[in-house]
Amino acid sequence: MSKSNEFHPSLTQGLRALTLRELKKWLKDPVMLLMFVLQPLIWMGLLGKAMNINAMFSSNNLGNMEIPNVQIPGSMLNPPVNGVLVIPGKLIAQQLQQMFSDIGARVMQNTFGVVDYFSYMSIGMVSMIVMTTTMFSGMSIVWDRRLGFLDKVISTPVSRAAIIFAKVLNATLRAMFQATIILALAYTLGLQLSPDFTLFNILGVYAAIFLLGVGLSSVFLAFSIRSTRMERPMQFISLITMPLMFASNTFFPISLMPSWIQAIARVNPLTYLTDALRQLTIMPLDVSAVVVDFIYLGIFATILATIGILLSWRYLTK
Amino acid sequence: MIETVIKAEGLTRIFNKNLVAVDHINFDVKDSEIFGFLGPNGAGKTTTINMLITILKPTEGKASVLGYDIVKQANDVRKVIGVVPQEYTADEDLTGYENIVLCADLYGIPREISKKRALELLELVELTGFKDKKVETYSGGMRRRLELACGLVNRPKVLFLDEPTLGLDVQTRTATWDYIRRLKDEYGMTLFMTTHYLEEADALCDRIAIIDHGKIVATGSPSELKGSLGGDIITISIRENADVSGIIQAVEHVKEVKNENGAYRIKAESGEITAPLVIEALRKKGYTVTKLSLTEPTLNEVYLEYTGRAMRDTEESKEAFRAQRITLRRARSG
Repeated sequence: MSKSNEFHPSLTQGLRALTLRELKKWLKDPVMLLMFVLQPLIWMGLLGKAMNINAMFSSNNLGNMEIPNVQIPGSMLNPPVNGVLVIPGKLIAQQLQQMFSDIGARVMQNTFGVVDYFSYMSIGMVSMIVMTTTMFSGMSIVWDRRLGFLDKVISTPVSRAAIIFAKVLNATLRAMFQATIILALAYTLGLQLSPDFTLFNILGVYAAIFLLGVGLSSVFLAFSIRSTRMERPMQFISLITMPLMFASNTFFPISLMPSWIQAIARVNPLTYLTDALRQLTIMPLDVSAVVVDFIYLGIFATILATIGILLSWRYLTK
Repeated sequence: MIETVIKAEGLTRIFNKNLVAVDHINFDVKDSEIFGFLGPNGAGKTTTINMLITILKPTEGKASVLGYDIVKQANDVRKVIGVVPQEYTADEDLTGYENIVLCADLYGIPREISKKRALELLELVELTGFKDKKVETYSGGMRRRLELACGLVNRPKVLFLDEPTLGLDVQTRTATWDYIRRLKDEYGMTLFMTTHYLEEADALCDRIAIIDHGKIVATGSPSELKGSLGGDIITISIRENADVSGIIQAVEHVKEVKNENGAYRIKAESGEITAPLVIEALRKKGYTVTKLSLTEPTLNEVYLEYTGRAMRDTEESKEAFRAQRITLRRARSG
């Protein structure tokens, strides 16, 4: 019998190998990378610039007002005077435009917390991309099963945890990478950072994305781990993404939504991620609110990752 | 004393509560032999191998590999086995070299060792020239060799091969057999393989188990199995128009004689010894043999004998079909 070397597979070696494998695949494909950059760019262009909410409240909207001169008989004034008081229409139009402009900014500030919608939406876009990217954890495990790669991996002594963590980690890292691209793009396209913003906040941004990424990708992984067909995870994704995206503050403040949607939005983890991100980047930082966001995201990630990983573990071997 | 490397006792796997894929099978695989599981698609070969390599749990019964229980000591089993799956599982976007190092990482082999080993293995399967090419550019035969190399990265004591030549053309198949034999000698491993190619089982295996509908219907070396049919077939024609069945029957080693329209079909234990004796006996009685042919039974006849049908693809599960289609498609590319 041949002499065999006994090695002890460590969690870190397996995790690193499996995570790097997928990141390498991803980075080696320039077309994929380009599409990953283009997708948020297109979305930002369409949602942020095409849906020009700022313009709705802009005085330009009033157009070239033709306000006739207003004549007020002197007898109506207090004290009454002789003759007629003429107020030029131009003057009125000027005043109105000025007032409306002010109101517009105040409406934006009160509704969205910031004066420009593009900044507001760009951060929502980051949340959306984090969500869609984490779905790849589920897709890729189905793909690995179909190709027989998963079977080969589970026939090796590599830690079962490494197999699952690698998927979660990979999806989360991708999400963080994508978020970086969007933030950089948004900044060049005119995102207005709040005066409170420091580079330290970036760490907070990544931490928040990491927590949501881990939580969501665990859910998608657990849901797809037993299936051998792509249809199942795809169906699940399309079922869950729209409600998650729109029943949250991703593109619109929840305070203006009907109460039943508000109830959903308040448990939706995307709401907490988006809020944390906005607080850390474009809004004046409200520390207590950010702490609440992080606690919620932390609990969400812990619970869902635990459930997801336990389920995945259970169903890895059929 | 010959050591038992794999032992299965009443090993059973039932899918979805009613589909019995493997039905209480028992077998032993001895040290350093090539043991083949022969059967049509859907007979339970892959299910058996998947249980032995610990990726599928048995419903009933037990099995051990090198003394380790496949359920209770699954991780110990995984450390000492190598697996060459039916599908091409190497990552197409990575190079051959990267794939082997990835496999090594999964076994916890330190990089300084695995890098050396990867180069050695690539040399062994003659892929050194392609080591930095993406696997998607590999042909079917090259991919199969890469799978072999990956399966050997942990220097396994037992190597499991599931349909090692599926989808390869005849020439590549023969070359792959050579690799398998060479690797076995080089590493002194025990090999457990499944196949539905009769000639493959005949050419490679020391012992064979014929599996059909989840049950083992016969076990033995290829020659034993062929021998169990009652030996070779001698066909003889004589010039004279007479029934000489009696004379032939009296010859030593002859088991059975059938007169088929003037041609005699003789079953005999060792045809090459019996045939001259038959000719001699007939000549003594004044008959002249005009035609003689000697056929050794093939595994095909063995298979026919034990399963009652010719070896052909039976209806298989959707899953297996899909996996096979992917493998075949990739085998053909390049």
